[in-house]
Amino acid sequence: MKKWLTLITLFIAMCLQGVEVGAQQQQRFPKPEFESGYTQPVTTVPAARADFLAYLDILILIGALALISWLILKKRSRRGVTWVSVFSLLYFGFFRQGCVCSVGSLQNITLALFRPEYSIPLSALAFFVIPVVFTLFFGRTFCAGVCPFGALQDLILLRPLLLKKWLQKLLGLIPFLYLGLAILYAATATDFIICRYDPFIGIFRFDATFTMFIIGGIFLFVSLFVARPYCRFLCPYGVLLSWVSRVSKYHLTISPASCTQCRLCENACPVGAIQKPMTEKNMESRPTAVKRFMLLSFVLPAMVVLGGWTGANFHERLSAVNPKVQLAHELLAGKDNNSGEASDEVTAFRSSGKPVEELYSEAAGLVREFYWGGWILGGFIGLVFGLTLTGLSVFRYREEYSPHKGECVSCARCLAYCPVSVKDIKNR
Amino acid sequence: MDHSGKKTNRREFINKCYRYSVAVGVTGLVGGLTNKIVAKDTVWQLDPTKCTQCGKCATNCVMTPSAIKCIHVYDMCGYCDLCGGYFRPNSKELTTGAENQLCPTGAIKRKYVEDPFFQYEIDEELCIGCGICVKGCGAFGNGSLQLQVNHDLCKNCNQCTVATACPSNAFTRVPADEPYLFTGYKKQ
Ligand code: SF4
Ligand code: SF4
Ligand code: SF4
Ligand code: SF4
Repeated sequence: MKKWLTLITLFIAMCLQGVEVGAQQQQRFPKPEFESGYTQPVTTVPAARADFLAYLDILILIGALALISWLILKKRSRRGVTWVSVFSLLYFGFFRQGCVCSVGSLQNITLALFRPEYSIPLSALAFFVIPVVFTLFFGRTFCAGVCPFGALQDLILLRPLLLKKWLQKLLGLIPFLYLGLAILYAATATDFIICRYDPFIGIFRFDATFTMFIIGGIFLFVSLFVARPYCRFLCPYGVLLSWVSRVSKYHLTISPASCTQCRLCENACPVGAIQKPMTEKNMESRPTAVKRFMLLSFVLPAMVVLGGWTGANFHERLSAVNPKVQLAHELLAGKDNNSGEASDEVTAFRSSGKPVEELYSEAAGLVREFYWGGWILGGFIGLVFGLTLTGLSVFRYREEYSPHKGECVSCARCLAYCPVSVKDIKNR
Repeated sequence: MDHSGKKTNRREFINKCYRYSVAVGVTGLVGGLTNKIVAKDTVWQLDPTKCTQCGKCATNCVMTPSAIKCIHVYDMCGYCDLCGGYFRPNSKELTTGAENQLCPTGAIKRKYVEDPFFQYEIDEELCIGCGICVKGCGAFGNGSLQLQVNHDLCKNCNQCTVATACPSNAFTRVPADEPYLFTGYKKQ
């Protein structure tokens, strides 16, 4: 028995040696034995950012959110919001230089949900979930001054121009499209478009391509006069937060007690989120409401289907951005005419030794995913269109001047306009 | 007003329902992802065995110059006089003249060690990550020059733009505590 064991061990050792010899043979020029006492330098490489710092970021995020929510809802202090904004801009913006941010993290979530091979770091998940949870309770206090993008735009706002309602609504549709596209491209592992076309990241890093610098510059310039153009007319995470914020438990109110309808705050809001009171007599009668309901129950599904159909028709265009699909197209085209230079992708693919059929079937699968994704994306956009139209025609009973809980970013600017103070009421 | 009171009550109730469904949704999302969450952060790195030195590492990084640099794995180096990574293929003399050098920025420093061996060292400040030397070393030498994402310079973008552009799919997210993938490195 023992003999056997020794034999086997010997055999294994020999095999291992053989492997080692094999590996050494791959080295064309063996490493020399130096005689002059030369010591070879060690290949050193800088370490990556330590893990505990990622947890620190999460803690700071929670701390900043808690602080700003307290400042807005309890202290009702615009100055406090400004200071937290400065901090977030410096820390999450210029120090951490943007990545990972809550806005981009929604793509990590999507990727993790749809692609089995990707597992999501805890910090990315935390950056996505924590602001959503805070918003569910306190409204968009994250937007107010913890998000570095929001903070940047808010801090440089000089003289807000109020946009026309229709323009605001129209531009407000863009984020839905952006959100849909971002999810589609993340789910198909094509690209993270939110990160690629982020206008501010280049500013935080003092380094970007020329076009991105120009786009960032335009956004900054516009933010001087139009409050938060990115937040309102582009930010896909803002869409999610505004949905959640609509049902938030303790949203900020303009008046600390009850509104006296003095109208002083009417034009105070830079993002145009303040809604006027709506009395019974302005509201429509029951028969028209029923009629509208009937009309809507027909129009809404029609819009969804129409949107879905349009989206599905665009699926080839949409999928053409995917690198795998692109490569498959190139290889297919190359079959017909073998002339011309092969692109880097084709060369790399040929040298990888992967069978073409495998690539084709993968690409076909992706195109199919884009087809259904196109349906869903289009249907979603149709629904959003329909609901926006509905929103424009529905009047809700409202006694007070109050912020639209979805659109209000809790910047706390309007609070100073309200003459009612808690003390007065107590004294009364 | 009794009428409006009822209305706000109903609205509050609907809001509450929505609130709970959002809470359930978020919990469900986290729950659904539990077995995919990794506690450790990930960073971007490229696998040199897959890399085809296409040159996109130099041009597609969001940083200028690129955060991807050439590193020299001395353990694999043959200390050749005629270095495939240093000299242009048809150099007449093996001197350090600029016309002989492959590297477009002159980032590789050649130093005499002893006959007939030379040490090659990369000046990271100058290297732009173009991979030309890596290609040369891989073709004519031992492959000791390799491209790697340098984690001092890399901003760890949420989606590395080079990873998207890389034709060889060489990039992966790797655990932050083992952030390098170069080969042939013997730990002392
Ligand atoms: S707190 Fe809301 S409603 Fe008030 S000014 Fe700011 S965004 Fe407008
Ligand atoms: S992009 Fe990919 S193939 Fe090209 S040099 Fe970089 S790692 Fe190598
Ligand atoms: S040839 Fe390119 S990759 Fe190599 S050292 Fe020079 S700049 Fe760096
Ligand atoms: S993660 Fe960003 S900084 Fe790092 S190599 Fe990729 S593009 Fe460059």
